[in-house]
Amino acid sequence: MSVYKILIYGYGNPGRQDDGLGNAFVEKLQQWAMEQNLKNYTFDSNYQLNIEDAADVAENDLTLFIDASTEDIENFILTPVDASTQVAFTTHAASPGYIVNLCKELYQKTPATYLLHIKGYEWDFREGLTEKAKQNLNIALEAIKEKLQHPEILINNFKDF
Amino acid sequence: MEQKITIEPVTRVEGHGKVTIYIDDEGNVSQSRLHIVEFRGFERFVQGRPYWEAPVLVQRLCGICPVSHHLAAAKALDVIVGAGTGEGLTPTGEKMRRLMHYGQMFQSHALHFFHLVSPDLLFGIDADPAIRNIIGVARKFPDLAVQGVMMRKFGQEIIKATAGKKIHGTGAIPGGINKHLTQEEKDSFINGPDPLNIDKMISWSEEAVNFLKSYHKENKDFIDNFAVFPSNHLSLVRKDGALDLYHGVLRAVDSEGNKILHDVDYQDYLKYINEEVRSWSYMKFPFLTEYGKKNGWYRVGPLARLNTCEFIPTPLAQKEFEEFKAYTKGKPNNMSMHMHWARLIELLHAAEMMKELLNDPDLMQGELVIKGKKQNEGVGLIEAPRGTLFHHYRINEHDQIEMANLIVSTTNNNEPMNVAVNHAARQFMTGQKKITEGMMNAVEVAIRAYDPCLSCATHALGQMPLEITLMDKEGNVIDKART
Repeated sequence: MSVYKILIYGYGNPGRQDDGLGNAFVEKLQQWAMEQNLKNYTFDSNYQLNIEDAADVAENDLTLFIDASTEDIENFILTPVDASTQVAFTTHAASPGYIVNLCKELYQKTPATYLLHIKGYEWDFREGLTEKAKQNLNIALEAIKEKLQHPEILINNFKDF
Repeated sequence: MEQKITIEPVTRVEGHGKVTIYIDDEGNVSQSRLHIVEFRGFERFVQGRPYWEAPVLVQRLCGICPVSHHLAAAKALDVIVGAGTGEGLTPTGEKMRRLMHYGQMFQSHALHFFHLVSPDLLFGIDADPAIRNIIGVARKFPDLAVQGVMMRKFGQEIIKATAGKKIHGTGAIPGGINKHLTQEEKDSFINGPDPLNIDKMISWSEEAVNFLKSYHKENKDFIDNFAVFPSNHLSLVRKDGALDLYHGVLRAVDSEGNKILHDVDYQDYLKYINEEVRSWSYMKFPFLTEYGKKNGWYRVGPLARLNTCEFIPTPLAQKEFEEFKAYTKGKPNNMSMHMHWARLIELLHAAEMMKELLNDPDLMQGELVIKGKKQNEGVGLIEAPRGTLFHHYRINEHDQIEMANLIVSTTNNNEPMNVAVNHAARQFMTGQKKITEGMMNAVEVAIRAYDPCLSCATHALGQMPLEITLMDKEGNVIDKART
């Protein structure tokens, strides 16, 4: 059992095809965590990040945000989240960095926080992921499951970041 | 030489818009417009879908106020499944929906005040934008910032408990609701560890109202004279005239308080309300048909609601309401910045309503759904955080939606926001040789008072760059700022 408190938080709109990658990732990883009888995990999902998420980040040792990506990446990319000094101009656009910055200012904490970007392709008003996005989701899922076997590595690497 | 100033996008509002202001050779503001530049196609998108999907589908309109769309659609479908027009649900069905709605109202008003508005009040509208933001608030007023975060969180948890989940909630269904509140959920909201319990939410809401009143005392000139203009006001009210954010009849008063829409059944809204299209914005301009485009436009939202209702049916908010009404000697309040005062009174009312509902045994037992004779058309109205929200659907013999019409709160406030922009621009820019960031923020402050959700009013896709451009009448760029 992990001694660390871990938050897995996917965001996006599942009604916009691959924009729901983050939400789908959380569902699948939660299922896996139940099968593995893993404790100390919290799973959450929403349309976008918002200010109250700073309180949840503060309460955990490790947070993994998951979002769909339009960028030119392979299948997925995992990056540490830097406390961004850029202030979101609308709450539609709160970034992980903004949330971590808010956490730092409000709670004087900067817990290890990573952003998992999974590549998506289609963003129309429709439910369901594209086949290519599903493949990327599964590849990212396997990689993250492996990393979560040793969350201390993610936490310590973040400290060095 | 005439100058054209563009503010794009408008900041600390939900969604994206831009403002253009033209200044003539004498330094007077000759014209100003709030443009909504995103396209809305949602009404066509739902056509052909089974009607029972609508309460979930419409939540895709916006991630900020999905609960309001969820409930307005469900109310329209209540009519279609023969469950009455807002008064025919089971006690459990109606009260669970109300709890969901007041949770939404609470978190939305808290977000708007603490996150979007407080930087202007705490630092001043012309303060350095580098500190005039929520991070600046967190550094200088950490207790206040934490309150905002935790109030949002409490409201979100209420939504999760009543709608089933935070995204694509399924709680409200045609004819009722699909779940009870559990004992565990009830206990957590009433007796949760500090600060996440309803009594703390009520006391923080009172503090927020007191904060605004103190600020008002010290800044009377600004609060009472910024973007003041007469208008009509429209909202739902309960049949006895009480403030009711979930259901009621449609009432409008003019700027003197005379009733100009007399508590009508909103199923007939098309008899009373029309919409004008203007070439320079994707957002329509609604007006009361009887009074025409020029005189029939109206405000919606917290200020309008406190202007149309006669009392608030919870004690603490009622006490604040009496003070609010006394300030204008019982007449409608037409001061844009008083929208914040009204919003915080509603925040307190929402907290009191949540407590009342959480202690109601009907939430944990009783029939969830009721149905009757099916109709092919229904209208659902709700007082969303930003104002009156209209959903109207017609279905065909295959139970598919063949027509949908949505008038969202921000659309109802389109003309008032344009008027407010014009007032702010004239007040702060007339005769000025140099247009400063503070002056431009004054224009945004006027818009922000209405808490517009421009995504809802249109349909948001992606982001726009943050840019303000100063142009001459030939369209040559003179200056650029805020990238």
